[in-house]
Amino acid sequence: MRIAVLCSQIRVEEKLIFQAFERRGVSVERLDPRNQVFRLDGRPASYDVVLDRSIRYSHSLYVLPILERWGVRCVNRAAVVATCGDKVLTSLALSRAGVPTPPTVLAFTREAALAAVEELGYPAVVKPVVGSWGRLVARVHDRDAAEAVLEDRETLGDWHHQVFYVQAYVPKPGRDIRAFVVGDEPIGAIYRTSEHWITNTARGGRASRCRVEGPVGDLAVRAAQAVGGGILAVDIVEAPDGRLLVLEVNHAMEFRNSIEPTGVDIPGRIVDYVLRVARGEVP
Amino acid sequence: MTAVCPECEGPIRLAEDLMEGEIIPCGDCGAELEVLSVTPLKLGLAPEVQEDWGE
Repeated sequence: MRIAVLCSQIRVEEKLIFQAFERRGVSVERLDPRNQVFRLDGRPASYDVVLDRSIRYSHSLYVLPILERWGVRCVNRAAVVATCGDKVLTSLALSRAGVPTPPTVLAFTREAALAAVEELGYPAVVKPVVGSWGRLVARVHDRDAAEAVLEDRETLGDWHHQVFYVQAYVPKPGRDIRAFVVGDEPIGAIYRTSEHWITNTARGGRASRCRVEGPVGDLAVRAAQAVGGGILAVDIVEAPDGRLLVLEVNHAMEFRNSIEPTGVDIPGRIVDYVLRVARGEVP
Repeated sequence: MTAVCPECEGPIRLAEDLMEGEIIPCGDCGAELEVLSVTPLKLGLAPEVQEDWGE
């Protein structure tokens, strides 16, 4: 059984995953896209399973389909990663599955985006279609702010910053929820609490245990299945009327701050799932 | 195992199970460093966060 982990820079999470493989007596190889040249015309599979832990979406986006073309089973699958890395495709997948999300629109010019913001109402949130850790996510409270943000994106950004993804702001109670799903199982969840409206733990949000049994876990599994399933982290926000809404689904989740509050061996659960895939126990 | 930060020349204590590609912070200057090589040990400044980095 040949297993590899696709990664370049090693975060705490990757190190914990390598250690979890080692504790199970499983040797894994490391596949660093920076050191490779990938043939696109097909070749025999060199690995049975590759676990994607690349910090770079662009690497995962292209390497995983190549590996699948070679016959390698990827975790997560290439299509899942392509969907989760793109907020538009994620929204469409969630919508298709009937998973509740905040109202979201897309526009391609500053003028159309401004009209969209005004229609959604203030405050609204402008997000890049590709990006993570809350980077360049802007909450706009009035027309002046919206005009400024949209002009900046249109003038200074690359073409994908001129794809305006605009979402209604959900006035959350100083926290949101991250739920971890492995296969069909919600394995744990945390609240991310912050004085700032961006609650990512990478941006200083504090993690505490959230009950994953019940509505949170059920919604997380529905969201994970909507994007194709696998090892996923679902970001959920609590609306003032009590509804739970899904904001996004992460395909290469960070979890260093979630092990202690959840009490769950997250890297161990990831590795066990990969081994089940390798043994052919996961469809 | 110890090393010297390539940014500030401060001392850095390294774990025994150091891995190539690992990102480690310098306790003195806060720079993010990447382990370029374990044997011989070589540290460099980690690349700036790129637009497609994340989770």
